[in-house]
Amino acid sequence: MRLFKLCLVVAIVFAMSGVAFAGQTFDSVKAKGFVQVGVNGDLFGFGKPDEKGVWRGLDVDTARAVAAALFGDPGKVKFIPLTSVQRFTALQAGEIDLLCRNATQTLGRDTELGLDFAQVNYYDGQGFLVPKKLKIKTAKGLDGATVCVLPGTTTELNVADYFRTNKMKMKPVVIESNAELNKAFFAGRCDCLTSDASQLAAVRSVAPNPDDYMILPDIISKEPLAPAVRHGDNQWKDIVNYSVLAMIEAEELGITSKNVDEMLKSTNPVVMRFLGVTSGNGKALGLSEKWAYNIIKLVGNYSEIFERNVGVNTPLKLERGLNALWKDGGIMYSPPFK
Amino acid sequence: MQKSNNSNSTGNAEQKIPFLNDPKIRSIIYQIVTICMVGLLGYYLFTNTFENLQRQSIATGFGFIDKEASFEIGESLISYSSADTYGKALFVGVLNTIKVAFIGILITVVLGTFLGIARLSTNWLVSKLAAVYIEVMQDIPILLQLFFWYSFFYDILPSPRGALEPVKGVFMSNRGLVFAVPEWHPAFKYMIAVFIAGCVAAYFLRKWAKKRQEKTGQIFPLFLCSTAIILGLPLVTWLFSGAPHKMNVPELIGFNFQGGLNMSPEFGALLLGLVLYTAAFVAEIVRAGIQAVSKGQTEAAMAIGLKPGQILNLVILPQALRVIIPPLTSQMLNLTKNSSLAVAIGFPDFVSVVSTTINQTGQAIEGISMIMVVYLFFSLLTSLFMNWYNKKIALVER
Repeated sequence: MRLFKLCLVVAIVFAMSGVAFAGQTFDSVKAKGFVQVGVNGDLFGFGKPDEKGVWRGLDVDTARAVAAALFGDPGKVKFIPLTSVQRFTALQAGEIDLLCRNATQTLGRDTELGLDFAQVNYYDGQGFLVPKKLKIKTAKGLDGATVCVLPGTTTELNVADYFRTNKMKMKPVVIESNAELNKAFFAGRCDCLTSDASQLAAVRSVAPNPDDYMILPDIISKEPLAPAVRHGDNQWKDIVNYSVLAMIEAEELGITSKNVDEMLKSTNPVVMRFLGVTSGNGKALGLSEKWAYNIIKLVGNYSEIFERNVGVNTPLKLERGLNALWKDGGIMYSPPFK
Repeated sequence: MQKSNNSNSTGNAEQKIPFLNDPKIRSIIYQIVTICMVGLLGYYLFTNTFENLQRQSIATGFGFIDKEASFEIGESLISYSSADTYGKALFVGVLNTIKVAFIGILITVVLGTFLGIARLSTNWLVSKLAAVYIEVMQDIPILLQLFFWYSFFYDILPSPRGALEPVKGVFMSNRGLVFAVPEWHPAFKYMIAVFIAGCVAAYFLRKWAKKRQEKTGQIFPLFLCSTAIILGLPLVTWLFSGAPHKMNVPELIGFNFQGGLNMSPEFGALLLGLVLYTAAFVAEIVRAGIQAVSKGQTEAAMAIGLKPGQILNLVILPQALRVIIPPLTSQMLNLTKNSSLAVAIGFPDFVSVVSTTINQTGQAIEGISMIMVVYLFFSLLTSLFMNWYNKKIALVER
């Protein structure tokens, strides 16, 4: 079944006679009237439909921000759930316009895979989730452990590197579907589950009894999670990039979805430029001058989407940490909007 | 009238058929044109794909084979670590696929034959039980069965620390089945050699017995004698070398069992799912094959006083096999191909390793073509062997 899907994707690559490429994603998206976005589909807090079937998550809201910038309507998105193995092929083949699926930016993916990564929407690092009853305190205590891991991920490579560096042994259990992998882990098939720390928090929150599990303090890698587009499509990448940056800039300027209408009356030239009261930014991107206003009004600024999906008041209970603004000790930083 | 005129004129002008109207030449031209078109299409697809990949600056070619894979593989028949190359990782995947397909085919054929015969049993209960099994297993999709068996392994069995020990030295837990194996001893080498020699001897014994039976009509107790040779000789060797019986007993060290032989839940679930599913189909094939032999044959065999076992072995099976072998081959191929569903339950078969490789290198086209080549190779190999066997058992008319 998965093989079939993969074959299909390859067949699509074959069939695409150079139509959808070379800077034309923007035009084709405008003509279609919606953005086709690859998302996780099974990761609470990042991309998963809620019980009413409405998509929720940080990655989902990032995609909505792009739609809001393009069409002034965050609903003009079609979400395609993809597994970690399918995601890049789907993007390469033109099956999706944008990938917002907690993908780590790496040199290899940026070059050999023919992708381009936009602004990071979550700075993450890899950790380990273990059952408390194993009484393990640090990752160094995992020698000889069976490790549940998703295939085709950076984490799959990092964990091999980590165990190799520390001269420890491991046995991976590699299952493609998030749901199946989590089930195997909760049933005790593995001693630990390794993934990005944010993902572990999400998995823990859906455990039969979350208090039976803990995330080890060790973070063994850098995982900048960013939206990705096809390489060589610069205008499209700019739009995605600045849609994310706009949410960060808005937080810095103190603009939220609640006060954005008042802010339109602001006399601060920076705010005026940002919200399109003073025109220029929209034209430069090939969008309406209201693009940033639409993002903030309809989706929210970065702080809002963070707190809504993964923040301390959600089951994930994640602190801002690295993802705070640069002013607050984090590394979220936006270039000037002018 | 018109017709005869026509035939006359063609008869006269036999040498003068215009070049393009000659049916022979026409058919050749059509074939050449078709081949050219297929070739052009292939060329178009190839260059077009290549161009697209270049435009998107996606790496192409098989250069990645020599690069370090840097991912671990759960189980492997050869020693493998993340420091090895992609080539070796892929080879590990191929071996795992062979392992599950080979063992799976062997068990499936035995189980399927047994079920097929049971289905025809005159015992009402046996026959109905076999029927129910066949109907149920055939009708549930294999993927669902795999999920079922996999969750059976990890949901029902306890963790390693509370592992079940039904027989001493055998542990069942959600990490799989671990059992004690004899520790390696130099005598085993000789035992293997003697075993092979025994097989060869049994082969010649069979030839000789057949000849003797044809000449004198005396039946030699072949089965008993060959079993004695094949199993007895290694046993004697073992006794003579001091009967080494030290066992490598698995022990719970740290997280998992160390030592012994381990069958992982992934492998177990995959094997069980494939075997139980395919055996249902094989059973139907065996039943059909046996029913294809006309009843008169059985009656004739009974009339000349053969025992039921002899009737099955000497009269029915040789004829039934001719009907059974071709569809059985396609079931074997099915089993091999279905083993690619291993991805779903985390067994590192070839497809699973390739999909990880594709994801790390981004080279989907190379990966998929490797999958196609490998499965094609396995399938052709199986077909070749089965066709040879089919020819061998085909009815020789005298």
